[in-house]
Amino acid sequence: MGLLSKKDQKLILDPLADDNPITIQVLGICSALAITAQLKASIVMSISVLFVLGVGNVVISLMRNIIPSKIRIIVQLIVVATLVIIVDQVLKAYAYELSKELSVFVGLIITNCIIMGRFEAFALGNGPWRSFLDGIGNALGYGVILIIVGFFRELLGSGTLLGFKVLGDPIEKTGLYAIGYENNGFMLLSPMALIVVGLIIWVQRSRNKALIEEH
Amino acid sequence: MAKTDGNGYTVLFATIMVVVVGGILASLAQGLKPAIKENERFEKQQNILYAMGVNENVEGEGSVNFIPTDRVEAEYKKYITGSYIIQNGKITEDEGAFAIDMKKQSKLSKSERKMPLFIGERDGQKFYVIPMYGKGLWDAIWGYVALDDNLIVQGAFFDHKGETPGLGANIKERYFMDDFTGEKIMNGNKFAGITVAKGNNDPVNNTKDDNEVDALAGATITGDGVSAMIKSTLKAYIPHIQNMK
Repeated sequence: MGLLSKKDQKLILDPLADDNPITIQVLGICSALAITAQLKASIVMSISVLFVLGVGNVVISLMRNIIPSKIRIIVQLIVVATLVIIVDQVLKAYAYELSKELSVFVGLIITNCIIMGRFEAFALGNGPWRSFLDGIGNALGYGVILIIVGFFRELLGSGTLLGFKVLGDPIEKTGLYAIGYENNGFMLLSPMALIVVGLIIWVQRSRNKALIEEH
Repeated sequence: MAKTDGNGYTVLFATIMVVVVGGILASLAQGLKPAIKENERFEKQQNILYAMGVNENVEGEGSVNFIPTDRVEAEYKKYITGSYIIQNGKITEDEGAFAIDMKKQSKLSKSERKMPLFIGERDGQKFYVIPMYGKGLWDAIWGYVALDDNLIVQGAFFDHKGETPGLGANIKERYFMDDFTGEKIMNGNKFAGITVAKGNNDPVNNTKDDNEVDALAGATITGDGVSAMIKSTLKAYIPHIQNMK
């Protein structure tokens, strides 16, 4: 990371761990619950958010001095919605298969509170380059949690990873299933995503006591 | 008070923003429309052919493989021998069947509704490919079911707009669609359809005369939607297919 100054590095690295949007700021939980039943969906969603948050932060940052403060939330919403529609249309025209995979998630990106949160908290007060780094950092921090949750939910819930049967075949009873292992169907339901996120929060805070809020 | 706080400025900004964003999106949509329309046409051809077994699925492997888009147009012409429209109890041969929008038709009353039917032929066998459109848990589901002369399902393809990934979305997985192949839609002489059933104790679907396929865990409402869609659609087609053989 020799290219970036210490301060800029912090923008990328902080959201990955000690200022993670999901586990510390508790933003973007809705999509973390909704789409993490499969690892592939988690990865695709992470990449989409990476794009929208990176570009969106730059656009908002460039406009930060001319946006009327009374309608700034609406302006932010329009920027997100426009970006999402552009992504959706371009994918439909040039990568149709991928756009079908993404169908549900594209709409979900707009409702992701991390995006509006970063526009409001960072891009409105910082230059485009720093805003870009902040957007990338937060999207990566979001993606890391999504992928961890997706990994465990797909592995324990369906016995597969990215669709590959890594634990053997549950119907033919091969691999782990031969010795009596069963998939935990409960992992596929949204409440278990909340519990997995909870476990991550627990592990993270017990390793770094400074993160524990005092009440 | 900064200059950006005034009412006049706010209204001006909003107006310019709306015009700019509207312009960008409208020109983008116009520019990409032909490419999107073509993709949608290829997809429909792929789906119809998939249902009648013209696909590149590998035996024993679990993924859905369509005829590639660069060949689908030619393959479609080769395998689909007739397109029909059924309306108000009458059936007419009509090339326009392909262009029928199932979503729009589903909103019309029964007497106004146009129902497309595609006839295909592969290795000397005749297939009746029936498009269908219904409701899942969150949004629309649709599909194509191919029947033979004996009204036995020879293949099925399902898709959805927004079912839950990992649950209802699995109706487009092969292990669900393959279960329909060989299944009867008649029970004796009576129409029964096919029910997506929980707890029928037949997870690999060995029994083909029970009018039931095994349901997806955690996707009850999507499964019920598939059952309802199959029942209501096929029922309307059966008399016509029986007359045609």
